Amino acid sequence: MDLFEYQARDLFAKHGVPVLAGEVIDTPEAAREVTERLGGRAVVKAQVKTGGRGKAGGVKLASDPDDAVAKAGAILGMDIKGHTVHRVMLAETADIAEEYYVSFLLDRTNRTFLAMASVEGGVEIEEVAATNPEALARIPVDAIEGVTEEKARQIVEAARFPAEIADQVVDVLQRLWTVFIAEDALLVEVNPLVKTGEGRVIALDGKVSLDANAEFRQPDHAALEDKAAANPLEAAAKERGLNYVKLDGGTVGIIGNGAGLVMSTLDVVAYAGEKHGGVKPANFLDIGGGASAEVMANGLEIILGDPEVRSVFVNVFGGITACDAVANGIVQALALLRTKGEDVNKPLVVRLDGNNAELGRKILTDADHPLVEQVDTMDGAADRAAELAAK
Amino acid sequence: MAIFLTKESKVIVQGMTGSEGQKHTRRMLASGTNIVGGVNPRKAGQSVDFDGTEIPVFGGVAEAIEATGADVTVIFVPEKFTKAAVVEAIDAEIPLAVVITEGIAVHDTASFWAYAGQKGNKTRIIGPNCPGLITPGQSNAGIIPADITKPGRIGLVSKSGTLTYQMMYELRDLGFSSCVGIGGDPIIGTTHIDALAAFEADPDTDLIVVIGEIGGDAEERAADFIKANVTKPVVGYVAGFTAPEGKTMGHAGAIVSGSSGTAQAKKEALEAAGVKVGKTPSETARLARETLAAA
Repeated sequence: MDLFEYQARDLFAKHGVPVLAGEVIDTPEAAREVTERLGGRAVVKAQVKTGGRGKAGGVKLASDPDDAVAKAGAILGMDIKGHTVHRVMLAETADIAEEYYVSFLLDRTNRTFLAMASVEGGVEIEEVAATNPEALARIPVDAIEGVTEEKARQIVEAARFPAEIADQVVDVLQRLWTVFIAEDALLVEVNPLVKTGEGRVIALDGKVSLDANAEFRQPDHAALEDKAAANPLEAAAKERGLNYVKLDGGTVGIIGNGAGLVMSTLDVVAYAGEKHGGVKPANFLDIGGGASAEVMANGLEIILGDPEVRSVFVNVFGGITACDAVANGIVQALALLRTKGEDVNKPLVVRLDGNNAELGRKILTDADHPLVEQVDTMDGAADRAAELAAK
Repeated sequence: MAIFLTKESKVIVQGMTGSEGQKHTRRMLASGTNIVGGVNPRKAGQSVDFDGTEIPVFGGVAEAIEATGADVTVIFVPEKFTKAAVVEAIDAEIPLAVVITEGIAVHDTASFWAYAGQKGNKTRIIGPNCPGLITPGQSNAGIIPADITKPGRIGLVSKSGTLTYQMMYELRDLGFSSCVGIGGDPIIGTTHIDALAAFEADPDTDLIVVIGEIGGDAEERAADFIKANVTKPVVGYVAGFTAPEGKTMGHAGAIVSGSSGTAQAKKEALEAAGVKVGKTPSETARLARETLAAA
């Protein structure tokens, strides 16, 4: 889960990383009082989960409280790379002498953590990495030892931070590492980390991404989720504990078991869809190994509730769960939806394979539901579902 | 022969007394796995009856190894306690630890992976968030259904559980030497490369099927490894061509970040290494069949 800048700033402050005072607001008028509190001037910063907001006009300096209201008004509602600005952060102004970059992240390739640091901050770090790779120091961090003072000094030296601020950066790095560990982060990035005219080191802008798998020991993280921005179908699916991702522009609803098989199903549908005028899958939905009637009903309800869906492809490989149980699940799910008054009116193409597939197919044949059609192979079923969606 | 797991393997189950642990211990026993014990510190000295087979419960992994000579552990303990369970397995220097549990915080995996390295990598870790591995007709360590296929000469390594089952099913008449589900988390123990190296060395494997998916660069590195080190024919499949950027697709590691981790890049890398890559699981199975017939 990626956080907004203001949420990252709050986590930094919680762990003692030096940050500037700032408050987040969602109406222009609220800018007046906040700016007064901040000493009469403020930087107005769009809160969006994408880079390049400065270039897009999403960061403005306000010279007085009235100006802050005007600037907040201009930025709120702005579209930055497809992200609508719903909140702005008003932050204390800073006298910036130099801009640096530091981050800690997961290094999948080397199965460990990585520190990255550069004295060329304030620009997109991918650009520095591409144009001047020597300016970006990459230091592996052992997951058990972490960032000790010694490790922090090593990072500071590798990135050639100026000597007069070395001690401050060493301290900031250790505190940022605490954020990384204590919050179960996948990324903690400060860009820019600045030196002020007075020689203070401050984290001016930050990006944090948190590990959703750590929720069991991070009870505070659920509140950081941006529920308003979630797709309503995704939000509804999440409430029911379903692993669902909405895909833009698709018309074939997909239900399957197992993440890999469902990813594969989307591809096979898109591939088959080429022959039917470019039909595409409408969603990812993994109902897991169990595939019980209730989960199947929940999944079908979400997918049938998607107005873009024109046909549904249920693709199940019976592994631990036998196909007869899955077939019963489908029959019961359709009955359940009918008793709930749901209007089930989109064709379902079902492919069952694996454990007890023949028994499962027989159950569906005997049930003879007018909307259910069976195809024995994954490729054939994908083709039929795409054809039905194209009608 | 086979890789990592044979009929000689003596298997213990950490978390055997929990509901998942019990269910799958019963299934593993039914498929012929030599299960010699379970581990649960609170139930040490007891035993669990699995349809007439009494399996003793030990207080710890080291104790279980001492009593039974176990060389494989399958870990079903809940995600909160998985790191401690793996660390215990590493401390006991068990040669193979199969971590089935899903939803483990990546900091925990990074930590036990680093710990295994510190201890000299005496324990091979498979997973986490994986279905385990099966050597058909010999032994089954994890949750892969044992009745899909029979012994044969195809080796399979996959990030995905259900795609493993699908591929085993498509090629069920030919059979498999071993099938290894390595899991789809951002950090995993055994990689495609480890399994490729083992299959290359296994005299009973004639062809290797590699299944990958979006996220990370494991498939690209596997392609480099194949080019340099694998003489046996390799057939591949990659899932996730239609996955949008920045969305996690079920597996914690299955995410395209910016332009990295795409299915297209993985497919191209594998093809450049001489791997025949299928567009669909069925086409991949057909390629495997043709390649094996021509070999």
